[in-house]
Amino acid sequence: MAQLGEPALEWTRKHLLGLEDLSAEELDIILDTAESFREVSTRKRKKVPTLTGKVVVLMFVEPSTRTVTSFSLAAGRLSADTVSFSKGGSSISKGETLVDTARNIQAMGCDVIVLRHSAPGAPHLLARNLECSVVNAGDGAHEHPTQGLLDMFTIRERKGHIEGLTVGICGDIKYSRVARSNIWGLTKLGARVVVCGPATLIPDGIEEMGVEVFHDLDEFIPQCDVINILRIQLERQKSGLFPSIREYARVFGINSERLERAKDGLLIMHPGPMNRGIEITPAVADGPHSVVLDQVTNGLAVRMAVLYLVCGAKG
Amino acid sequence: MAKTTLIENGRVICPGQGIDKRLNLLLAGGTVAELTEGRPEADETIDATGLIVAPGLIDMHVHLREPGMEGAETIATGSAAAVAGGFTTIACMPNTEPAVDNEAGTEFILLQAERAALARIYPVGAVTKGRLGRELAEIGQVSRAGAVAFSDDGSPIHNAEIMRRGLEYARMFDRVVIEHCEDPDLSGEGVMNEGTMSTILGLPGIPSASEEVAIARNIILARLTGARLHVAHVSTAGGVELIRRGKAAGAHVTAEVTPHHLALTDECVRTYDPVFKMNPPLRTADDVAALRDGLRDGTIDVIASDHAPHPPESKQVEFSQAPFGVIGLESLLPVAITELIDEVLDWPGLIATLTVAPAAVLGIDRGTLRPGADADVTLIRPDQRWTLDVERFRSRSRNCPFHGREVTGRAVRTIVGGNTRFRAD
Amino acid sequence: MAETRQLFDATWIGRAINRIAHQIVEQNEGAEGLVAVGLHTHGVFLARRIAATIEDEEGVEVPVGTMDITLYRDDVGIRSRGPHLPRREGTDIPFDISDRTVILVDDVLHTGRSIRAALDQLMDLGRPRKIQLAGLIDRGGRELPIRPDYVGRKVTIGDDENVRVMLTESDEADVVTVVPREQPGKPQG
Repeated sequence: MAQLGEPALEWTRKHLLGLEDLSAEELDIILDTAESFREVSTRKRKKVPTLTGKVVVLMFVEPSTRTVTSFSLAAGRLSADTVSFSKGGSSISKGETLVDTARNIQAMGCDVIVLRHSAPGAPHLLARNLECSVVNAGDGAHEHPTQGLLDMFTIRERKGHIEGLTVGICGDIKYSRVARSNIWGLTKLGARVVVCGPATLIPDGIEEMGVEVFHDLDEFIPQCDVINILRIQLERQKSGLFPSIREYARVFGINSERLERAKDGLLIMHPGPMNRGIEITPAVADGPHSVVLDQVTNGLAVRMAVLYLVCGAKG
Repeated sequence: MAKTTLIENGRVICPGQGIDKRLNLLLAGGTVAELTEGRPEADETIDATGLIVAPGLIDMHVHLREPGMEGAETIATGSAAAVAGGFTTIACMPNTEPAVDNEAGTEFILLQAERAALARIYPVGAVTKGRLGRELAEIGQVSRAGAVAFSDDGSPIHNAEIMRRGLEYARMFDRVVIEHCEDPDLSGEGVMNEGTMSTILGLPGIPSASEEVAIARNIILARLTGARLHVAHVSTAGGVELIRRGKAAGAHVTAEVTPHHLALTDECVRTYDPVFKMNPPLRTADDVAALRDGLRDGTIDVIASDHAPHPPESKQVEFSQAPFGVIGLESLLPVAITELIDEVLDWPGLIATLTVAPAAVLGIDRGTLRPGADADVTLIRPDQRWTLDVERFRSRSRNCPFHGREVTGRAVRTIVGGNTRFRAD
Repeated sequence: MAETRQLFDATWIGRAINRIAHQIVEQNEGAEGLVAVGLHTHGVFLARRIAATIEDEEGVEVPVGTMDITLYRDDVGIRSRGPHLPRREGTDIPFDISDRTVILVDDVLHTGRSIRAALDQLMDLGRPRKIQLAGLIDRGGRELPIRPDYVGRKVTIGDDENVRVMLTESDEADVVTVVPREQPGKPQG
């Protein structure tokens, strides 16, 4: 009876669709659970039997390498069986609907579907139509909750807390699911969130999500304890949202000179993959402020925590 | 001697004649014989105590999907849905497969309507061939075949020059052009209203400006040509204001609004359920308030459903992949009563938006209980509380955003040409 | 109806810890090669006290690790109140347990399921020479074939009761009480 007087908090969610839905307490549960699970990855034998017999299906309808690898390792460390499923090798490319494909997978007995999809709300569609748990691994420009969580975990690890910090998000906010998950999660835990980018890539009504908007990096940088630099999708230039790569790098690229005005102990984060020399210079990406690789490491613990919690909530 | 029917003890509301009074209505041989305080002898008597006796309702914006998309709706099922919703007359849009842009297509619809023998159906012809927005369709011949209005609805007419010519040409035949006002460049890949909600949901937005730019352009062209323009399904506060100013400036412009734009906002999209996906999209609470103001002050003339059936499987997909459109024939009246009566319109005002007003826009002699008019009557029970249930709809499709909603009031009997075509159980 | 009542006071707890420490040294013929692992939360405090007692008496350091068994539970996905939430501190055993004698320490021994989970986890962490089990209170009711090597006291209490051990590391005083069970059907470890 190791845990008499265990926390009164309970985790009841079967799905993780976005951080917007979660309370501060629920965010803390995930982050604390992740912290506890991190030890597993330091063992010689990096495996625990927690989810033995569970089946996790990694349904990546939109391609991704690092997220699928991270989820796959996380599930493996918890002894779940995993099946990967990408668009090319799936019946979705043969015209089957997403719901039909997922129902077929469910009929083979799966406990969790981890879905990456280009359509916002695709995980909600599955959650409405399936019995198994659904974890959103990125749905279009909507949310990428595990990325948001691993960013928060990294900030908490490095800074000791989130409340009271000013976290900046820089770049293409409009099309970024990472930005949205970060905004929801960080504001709930008491951070001030500021965003900076070209007016054409800052969406209408973003202030209503509780953030302040900047268009000038030199005004933005000195306020931040953390800057999360987003990847700029080069095809946005073709749709007329900014004039040229050169201009973007000049006006919105983060370089060492600009960071001279930053606070001490600034953390630089990037969800990857980076366009070195465009939104971030190599010197910054590999410099003393950068915690980019910590983010990747922490992603594993966060995803283990999420898989554990949603599997546990099914009773 | 023709068969006579007396509808007695009802509250007769005929906005065209300025009547709102407890009267008895006598129908004889398919036409209205008289409205009287007396009690003439009749073959059949219908007790309308507690009911509103209105001219047969008109829904001037309906998609019947036949020919070409019979999996979603047919002229027969759509007619059944119409009479179940209290409509004796509907106008159907030409965005079928193929588009209704010629005489034969128009006659086909009239033939199918006759076979269905439920509601009166008026075809709307396409303004341009194939609704492609490039060359004018044969508006003259299609008018002669029975089309009462012209529209490329579903798509806007992108090219201002084609729009101008369409207005000019339709005017020759005294036909109105019903325009889906949207700037496709501004709408882009948009699937919902652009604003805080689209930002939160990460869905591409359709800005209000997309509708407003097109309404402004089309009102300017209506003034240029002197033609009649009817703005379909206005959804934005800015759009209402443009129409208000256009009317004041003397443009021949009328407008309609749908129940979903009057009752729902883009908050509904939160669930990513495509049952809330339509074009124009659900807007904000401010827009809803402006649309209601527009109805109140007469800027908006008509309430129409924009009934747009889609088979269930097409709506059980990702929000961005689903087609635009919701059904409304069987929910329009109860939703309008529940949402608008007392707050926005009184009963004669509401009935007018569903009778004389659309009849005037379409230039058809309906929507009245004037003696000699066709005996099209809708009996409404104004205080019946019930729950909308798509499983009980006559429409072939189920994509109604009001499913499960508690409403007050409904059509309990629909009479077309003196014959009862629907009776609530 | 069960009521809260005190079973043992601080003096008894101190003696019981001393006795267990002595028995461990006696049984293992000294303290060389001993390590202690406590189960969160109170098992950790007891393990530290036992280790300190042995060190005082024998002059040999006994390293203490802490263990969270959440990852080894057998009820993931079948517990109606959602998953057990792990301790934020997690498992922390900063020494090699291979070829050592591990004293596993918990406060109350009941069904044996926590101990099963702890044994499995120890096996995953290394290959101990021996594992011995110490508990302050054994309330019986085993559901698995698990038997302690060292016990403060075996007690008999009702099915509608639980034993609660309080220690000054986290509570106001050292005391063992019997309390009514909060949720019916929820067994102690």
